[in-house]
Amino acid sequence: MTEAPTLELRGVDKSFGPVRALSGVDLTVRAGEVTALVGDNGAGKTTLIKCIGGTYRPDAGEFRFEGQPVTVNGPRDAAALGIAIVYQDLALCDNLDIVQNMFLGREPLSPRRTLDENTMEKLALQTLASLSVRTVRSVRQSTASLSGGQRQTVAIAKSVLWQSKVVILDEPTAALGVAQTAQVLALVRRLAEQGVAVLLVSHNMNDVMKVADAIGVLYLGRMAAQVRRKDVTQTQVVELITSGRSGDLGLTPAESTGATV
Amino acid sequence: MSMGTEERVEQDQPDAPHPAEIPSTLADYTKSYLARVRGGELGSMPALVGLVVITAIFAVVHQGFLSAYNIEALVIQAAPIIIMAMGLIFVLLLGEIDLSAGTTGGLCSAVMAVLLLRHGVSWGLGIIAALVTGMVIGFAMGWLRANIGIPSFVITLATFLGFQGVTLILIGGQGSVILPDDTPLIHLENSFVPVWAGWTMLALVVIGYAAVKVSDAVGRRRAGLPAPPATVIAAKVLALAVLGAIFTHEMGINRNLTVNAFFQNRSAGMPWVIPLLLILFVIGNFVLTRTRYGRYLYAVGGNEEASRRAGIVVSQVRISVFVICSAMAAISGLTAASLLQSVQANAGAGNTLLLAVGAAVIGGTSLFGGRGRMIDAVLGGLVVAVITNGMSDLIQGSNSAGYEYIVTGAVLLLAAGFDAVVRLRGRTT
Repeated sequence: MTEAPTLELRGVDKSFGPVRALSGVDLTVRAGEVTALVGDNGAGKTTLIKCIGGTYRPDAGEFRFEGQPVTVNGPRDAAALGIAIVYQDLALCDNLDIVQNMFLGREPLSPRRTLDENTMEKLALQTLASLSVRTVRSVRQSTASLSGGQRQTVAIAKSVLWQSKVVILDEPTAALGVAQTAQVLALVRRLAEQGVAVLLVSHNMNDVMKVADAIGVLYLGRMAAQVRRKDVTQTQVVELITSGRSGDLGLTPAESTGATV
Repeated sequence: MSMGTEERVEQDQPDAPHPAEIPSTLADYTKSYLARVRGGELGSMPALVGLVVITAIFAVVHQGFLSAYNIEALVIQAAPIIIMAMGLIFVLLLGEIDLSAGTTGGLCSAVMAVLLLRHGVSWGLGIIAALVTGMVIGFAMGWLRANIGIPSFVITLATFLGFQGVTLILIGGQGSVILPDDTPLIHLENSFVPVWAGWTMLALVVIGYAAVKVSDAVGRRRAGLPAPPATVIAAKVLALAVLGAIFTHEMGINRNLTVNAFFQNRSAGMPWVIPLLLILFVIGNFVLTRTRYGRYLYAVGGNEEASRRAGIVVSQVRISVFVICSAMAAISGLTAASLLQSVQANAGAGNTLLLAVGAAVIGGTSLFGGRGRMIDAVLGGLVVAVITNGMSDLIQGSNSAGYEYIVTGAVLLLAAGFDAVVRLRGRTT
């Protein structure tokens, strides 16, 4: 725990016109851990990950990557740092197969400037094997024929293939059944075990309590608390989400009512 | 579904090896092909079956349908349709449409004819001018679609009408411009490759195809990946060789029953348009299947947002397909001019475009984007040509043209319906 966190945000502010979406948000995401980001609808989860991913530019705040201060001016900057966002709507092409999807936009070329299909297929197989993914029949099957869980798997494997240091998962289990949710959560754990810093955005308390090492709770655009999973109960987290505080944890009463400090 | 998932979860052990689907024997390969067909990945099958069935029907009801003379007629009629369909597939892959491909081809051939006859430009320069005209038109339409955001349906409907007018003005009051007899362009559809050269070409094609297939398989095996079995490759190469040999042999028969002003004394060998089709096919196929650009076409057609997130510059891709489509339309227009040995004032109007779109869709290209191959244009173009040719022989009398339209329209609707159903099935699995 002594080394610098992979990703560290300090005092991030973001306003859309008069609406203050984020104010003074701190967040720490460590390598080898799953950090859950929870909060009610409108608490600022999406805004925060879009700030990290470079889609939005924060109005103020400090952004440290592996201990170094950096500025992220766009999605390309974030990708160059090794930040991958797996969006809820997945961003896979249904008509392409698994290999084609995993390498989309970054296809290796053979010396003759043609697509190097064999290298792609081999690397895709290796990546899926390293994540112990055994649910796909063939890496050459089209993505349209995959189940929701398998599609999530492909999207997550893509971020592993590109050796991302931070993988942000936006509601990865929102549309999945029980068995598939278990599969994807197991995959999220393995991802962290490989040394990736995982930021899991979720509504689902069960998921969060199952896989997270740390939990950050957003409440009305403020970071109510970032706690270790083992220090809290589910009830406390739910309280933090709904009222911004729980006993000693969280915001002061004045802050939690939304009054400007 | 739930049962299967349960089983898979239990199998999900970290130390287990990753399975790969290895169709290593001919039987396995057939099985996996049939599984894909059941899953909705029909490939060329419907078009092939359709082609065989309608050819058989016409061959039975109309004697001489499969004569060398009629096969040649089929090929030279199909050529402009196939070339235009090849270009349209690029546009269709992105889920766009180019309704003006027919009139663009007509306009480009008119540009060539007018330069040739009224301005004394050499034929080579005339052809280049036609191609450049096509590319400029394509760029303009693609730019309007990608940068202004007008739906391609509307842009190309406008140009469909507009270009008819331009062609009409260019060609002028006579109604048509006859190309001079000595224009080499005329040879494309009306002269024949020497028989020996035809056989040499076939040999090159078969050897080239076999070489590509074998080197692919060897490469995969060397990389430790499952490769198609040698028997499958051999069967494919053999099928190509046999079909090619039958065609080359048929085309080697002298078809000139009476000597007339248009044909040389002996007309044997395949039309020169066949090598042109081959070259366009090989280039198109290479671009679509082996280059990054080709991969991006499928990606943008499949999911535009995902492509954008993957770093693909969607607007450039979009403009490029219109350029390719219009350039191919120009080549198609020139081929049609060669067939007619003239350029009409209504060149490329009427149902020219519908036949080409029909060809692509019948071949298996999706109107919804993301699915299409070069072979679709060839097979679909042949189906369309067989229907047009067979119907005109079959139904004589004053209503024959009417029936031809009805049947072609019905086939197009059938193919598009088929496309939509396949797409629905793909979604629900």
